[in-house]
Amino acid sequence: MFAPFMVNAWITASIVAVIAGVVGFFVVLRGAAFVADAVPQGAFAGAAGASLLGVNTLLGLGLFALAGSLGIGLLSKRARRDVATALILVMMLGLGALFLSFTVEYSSEIFALLFGEVLGVSTGEIVPIAGLGVVCVLAVLVLYRPLLLSSLAPESSAARGVSNTAMELAFLVVVAIATSMTLPVVGALLIFSLMIGPPAAARSLTSSPLAALGLSVVLAVVTVWFAIAASFETNWPIGFFVGTGGAACYAAGRILARWSVARSAV
Amino acid sequence: MSTAFRVLFAPGFFASSPVHVALAIGGIAALVSGIVGTFTVLRGQSYSGHALADLSVTGGSASFLAGISPLWGFAGTGVLAAGIMDMIGIRRPRGRDLATGIVRGAGLGLAALFLYWGTTSTSTTGAAITILFGSMFTISSGVVPLAAAFGLPALAVIAVLYRPLLLSSVSADLAAARGVSVRLAGLACLIAIALAVSLAAMTVGAILSTALLVGPAAIALRLTSTPGRATLMAALIAVAATWVGIVLAYDSFTWPPSHDGWPVSFFIVALIFLGFLAAQLAGRSRRAAAW
Repeated sequence: MFAPFMVNAWITASIVAVIAGVVGFFVVLRGAAFVADAVPQGAFAGAAGASLLGVNTLLGLGLFALAGSLGIGLLSKRARRDVATALILVMMLGLGALFLSFTVEYSSEIFALLFGEVLGVSTGEIVPIAGLGVVCVLAVLVLYRPLLLSSLAPESSAARGVSNTAMELAFLVVVAIATSMTLPVVGALLIFSLMIGPPAAARSLTSSPLAALGLSVVLAVVTVWFAIAASFETNWPIGFFVGTGGAACYAAGRILARWSVARSAV
Repeated sequence: MSTAFRVLFAPGFFASSPVHVALAIGGIAALVSGIVGTFTVLRGQSYSGHALADLSVTGGSASFLAGISPLWGFAGTGVLAAGIMDMIGIRRPRGRDLATGIVRGAGLGLAALFLYWGTTSTSTTGAAITILFGSMFTISSGVVPLAAAFGLPALAVIAVLYRPLLLSSVSADLAAARGVSVRLAGLACLIAIALAVSLAAMTVGAILSTALLVGPAAIALRLTSTPGRATLMAALIAVAATWVGIVLAYDSFTWPPSHDGWPVSFFIVALIFLGFLAAQLAGRSRRAAAW
């Protein structure tokens, strides 16, 4: 399990989990589950397009993730946010379907993009992933206070001179960056389980933002480690373990929270 | 006139039986999606609709493993997932999105597993693509009555619960005061959405069925504010987009680069998206005129 070819998998997955834990905390806080779900799925179409043109997949992913986030941000000023998100998402997926129909003999790669392929990460690929990860975490650290304020109390943040629109756009860009680097590892359909399960569990366990952020990172990392180990043992796709692990985190968090409330009531 | 007709409908369009099946099943799916979709948008449940579509992938891949019609798998998991979402049931919209997301994540994990088993046991890697992106021209004609049988209950729920649903969509408190069981109405609506989505998943593919559900309804609600009229208009728009999409896809068999056709789902989604942008503009200029 810790053979040389597995070391890259452990490193990458840990980076991905830290990012997902940090970004996911704000996703849950802002109630932006749908956006966090739509951006990776839409970005998947970019990967399909990039491989059609023969350019680096990461480029296609980044481009589509960014365009999708900004599109959602702009369109949701005019229409209801969930409707705008849904329509931008399906348009990107439609393009993805078109790109896919142009390529032949590609389905195993698509499967990997959708459901994740952590074991095939090369040492050269770790560097850009780590780089983007640092950018992501730095951005969240710099924006931590205003972002927290505008997520929890949009009205008073405007009074304090924090622009909610700017925060929304900044947040979407961070989601886009996080997406384009985590997608090839855990897959388009499942990044989101990592971005939402552990943070939601963390939030139901503690009410202090900083503690919740830390706990969310820890839970995400544990989920991913468990997923790699289980996937290595069983040979089943890692996406299965990440998806069910995320949900299990949340369920455990809810049960623990209820139990501790019941106990403190006694 | 006749040349224009021939340019629009490539030779053999009306004689081809896969096209007949596609038109029939696409029409049923679009009709049901359009009508149910109006309530999805009114109730702000676009995300639930999308998640149910993703979850039906789980059922689709399971039924592929079991060798039964995907429609059973799509609809079965859809209804099951609707029940689970309601059970986790957090009333505030924010919490609802969270519950939706959690169920969706777990379901997709299972889908990955089923697809993995399916591809390793039968070595047909195309299954994932068929389930995700649909395959309208390869549906057998026997599925049409089955599709109608799944569509009717969805329409029946909307028809029977039209007033209470509308009321609880606009104001849950008011509906509760009038003796409407908001929770029961919500669950029935979710099940109707699940059925509509599984029909759409057959035609445009699971991950694009959101387009048929949300798109036409969003366009219609932009153009009119009367719920009844919006429902009808959404159904019409959905059917029109689907049929035009099928015609274009049939025409595209002669288009570059591959000469074996562009996907139907792409055309349908693109038409709906353009329609939505146009409706945005029309809605704005009309409002400007009203000023």
